[in-house]
Amino acid sequence: MNFEFSEEQLMLREQARGFLSQHCPPTRVREVFDGEQDYDATLWTSIAEMGWTATAIPEAYGGLGLGYYELAIIAEELGRAVAPVPFSSSVYLATEALIAFGNESQKERWLPGLASGECIATLAHAEGAGQTTAKSLTTSLSDGTLTGGKKPVADGTSANIAIVTAAAGDGSVTLCLVELDHDNVDRSPIQTLDFSRGHATLTFNSAPAEALGDGTITWSAFEGLLDRAAVLMAWEQLGLADKALEQACDYAQQRYAFGRAIGSFQAIKHKLAGMYVKNALARSNAYHGAWALASNSDTLPLAASTARVASIQASLNAAQENIQTHGGMGFTWEFDCQFYYRRAKLLSLAIGSERHWQDRLVTALEQQKPAAA
Amino acid sequence: MDFKDTPEEANFRSEAAAWMAENQLTAEDKQGLSRLDVAKLWQKRKYDGGWACIGWDKKYGGRGASAIERVIWDQEENKYDVPSRFFVIGQGMIAPTIMAWSTQEYCDQFLPKLASGEEIWCQLFSEPASGSDLAALRTKAEKDGDEWVINGQKIWTSGAHYSDYGMIVTRTDPTVAKHKGLTAFLVDMKAAGVETKPIKQLTGDADFNEVYFTDVRIPDSYRLGEVGQGWQVALTTLMNERLAIGGGGAGADVPLAMKIAQTVSINDRPAIEDSAVRAKIANFHVQEAGLKYNGYRALSALSRGELPGPENSIGKLVGAPKLQDIASFCMDLLEEHGALWGDDLDFMAGAAQRSYMGAPGLRIAGGTDEIMTNIIAERVLGLPQDPRADKGIPFNEVPTGN
Repeated sequence: MNFEFSEEQLMLREQARGFLSQHCPPTRVREVFDGEQDYDATLWTSIAEMGWTATAIPEAYGGLGLGYYELAIIAEELGRAVAPVPFSSSVYLATEALIAFGNESQKERWLPGLASGECIATLAHAEGAGQTTAKSLTTSLSDGTLTGGKKPVADGTSANIAIVTAAAGDGSVTLCLVELDHDNVDRSPIQTLDFSRGHATLTFNSAPAEALGDGTITWSAFEGLLDRAAVLMAWEQLGLADKALEQACDYAQQRYAFGRAIGSFQAIKHKLAGMYVKNALARSNAYHGAWALASNSDTLPLAASTARVASIQASLNAAQENIQTHGGMGFTWEFDCQFYYRRAKLLSLAIGSERHWQDRLVTALEQQKPAAA
Repeated sequence: MDFKDTPEEANFRSEAAAWMAENQLTAEDKQGLSRLDVAKLWQKRKYDGGWACIGWDKKYGGRGASAIERVIWDQEENKYDVPSRFFVIGQGMIAPTIMAWSTQEYCDQFLPKLASGEEIWCQLFSEPASGSDLAALRTKAEKDGDEWVINGQKIWTSGAHYSDYGMIVTRTDPTVAKHKGLTAFLVDMKAAGVETKPIKQLTGDADFNEVYFTDVRIPDSYRLGEVGQGWQVALTTLMNERLAIGGGGAGADVPLAMKIAQTVSINDRPAIEDSAVRAKIANFHVQEAGLKYNGYRALSALSRGELPGPENSIGKLVGAPKLQDIASFCMDLLEEHGALWGDDLDFMAGAAQRSYMGAPGLRIAGGTDEIMTNIIAERVLGLPQDPRADKGIPFNEVPTGN
């Protein structure tokens, strides 16, 4: 049984944590949060120089050709740091879409830039309020032009290209690549509750677009892409959950009431232990998700949705109870608790909500052969 | 990452599996025997084959196996229907205590018979007035020449009715602070003055007992550790709770909930199509899978020769309430049939109902949910202890209520 990261992978974690504590402390997050920027461009450049954006891209396309364990480790550290960068959009979603569905010339054209971080990409999927499905898609691709709108698009203000879900006639679905600087693409910034990540509404007015691969993909292939992203997202949420728990524990030791540290009251202790338990379950499920992703296992849909549901629950709980532990101070603008609270909710809504992934989890259980490992 | 054995582990596994396949008890062997006698027969067979208590030294009947080898053995043994719970307390918890705190003579005398299943031991810790607050126990031991005289009452003692020996923690000095006045002993459960009364549980079973001690005399040589060192001795026992890895145990679980939800209807549609049902099952699966992979991580640590991390301490705290919740949920799916019991159980032999009735005990035994939560808060997260009203006060001056 070897259900643990390797020495090298653990060293990468240490290195990433050290790097982010220096280059992305909460004060830096706050600058982006309070400022006009959509993301921390300096941090993005350094992250790219470290090779993080190139982690899982094959060497033939300018990547490092490392694997998904390494990417999971980086995701966890970015989550801990609440890093204000378009990493999840560009790396877990758009890059993975190109690797999975792009044809040779599309990969050659775009992957090297994504690897170097010079190109930022995102996935544009949501349209109206509520779930966007194959049936509900109104954005459509016809004769190489795209018409319709997407809202909200994470990192849509900073991205150079977007991979867009669109209807392609007679009920089929396509993923198409759109360069966002084109005149026929209108992008307007919109606010979300997380001020440290730019979001946009994208409107396509017969914008030139190129379908990935052969033209259309099946909806289940698209869901497979989201499964892969869900594992990495789960690691990012887990990092956030652990950091929020640490912050709450630190505060509970320092803050005194009734003549003693509030962390000595069982009401607080049990709250914090409850956070720990949820985080520990989420971590073990995230391990299994990383294994299923890295080994291309048939069990990925189950492993990914389990990791995602566990991490949504752990991160929301940790972020909420971290504020509660801080009392009034946790509710102030001045304290950092809000970063975790905002980011946890943002991430829990990206690529499908808790309900969506609970449903997918049970679908996977229904399809499981009895006595599977 | 992979889930494979190392080559050494795989060798050990196949050796263990081969021995087990060859030496299994047959239906003929078991015929007419009680569960306890079957357990004793299997234990003796393992002992004779050199496969009992494999982590122990050879001279006590073991084979000096590593922690991961013990886990592998358990995994292989769990594939067969062999009762082993009768020996868990004696072999898993008390034997290490004897090794740590008793004399060589008693190690030689007691351990081989523990390994062979010839003698069964029980753990006499809890009392009516000391459960979670174990160190508040009151059973008295008074020195009389070379002997000690024990008077008092123990409770929740699993297996006392079929045990040959027990390990008991007593109060030898009530005038000092509570943790300092305790002393531990071995005790012969067949001695004069020991009386065992089974306790009927709310399930109708009787797995544990009240044990009364009236002027029970034991030699000073049965003392474990020094006089006043009983708390440290008891901690050795409690630290040796068997590595609860893998397995998971029988009862209501996600596969059962899936099976029921695929069988019964809600609004004339299969219950599994109901989104509230799906959300609940998903949440249970998150817990079940989380515990399973926690176990895998603990195994990985053992496989590398390290100790499992603190995440391994959440097993019972998550597992027991989960069993209760999932059982209750399964019964809800059955609607009024969920209330059937006894001979009238009509769905999968009532795994849900049995789990529902058994779960309250699991949430209390071996540390309540609340105590387990305190342990995580204090030992894992490093939070301060509660101030204690009895701290530093002589035991006989501690407020007791009624």
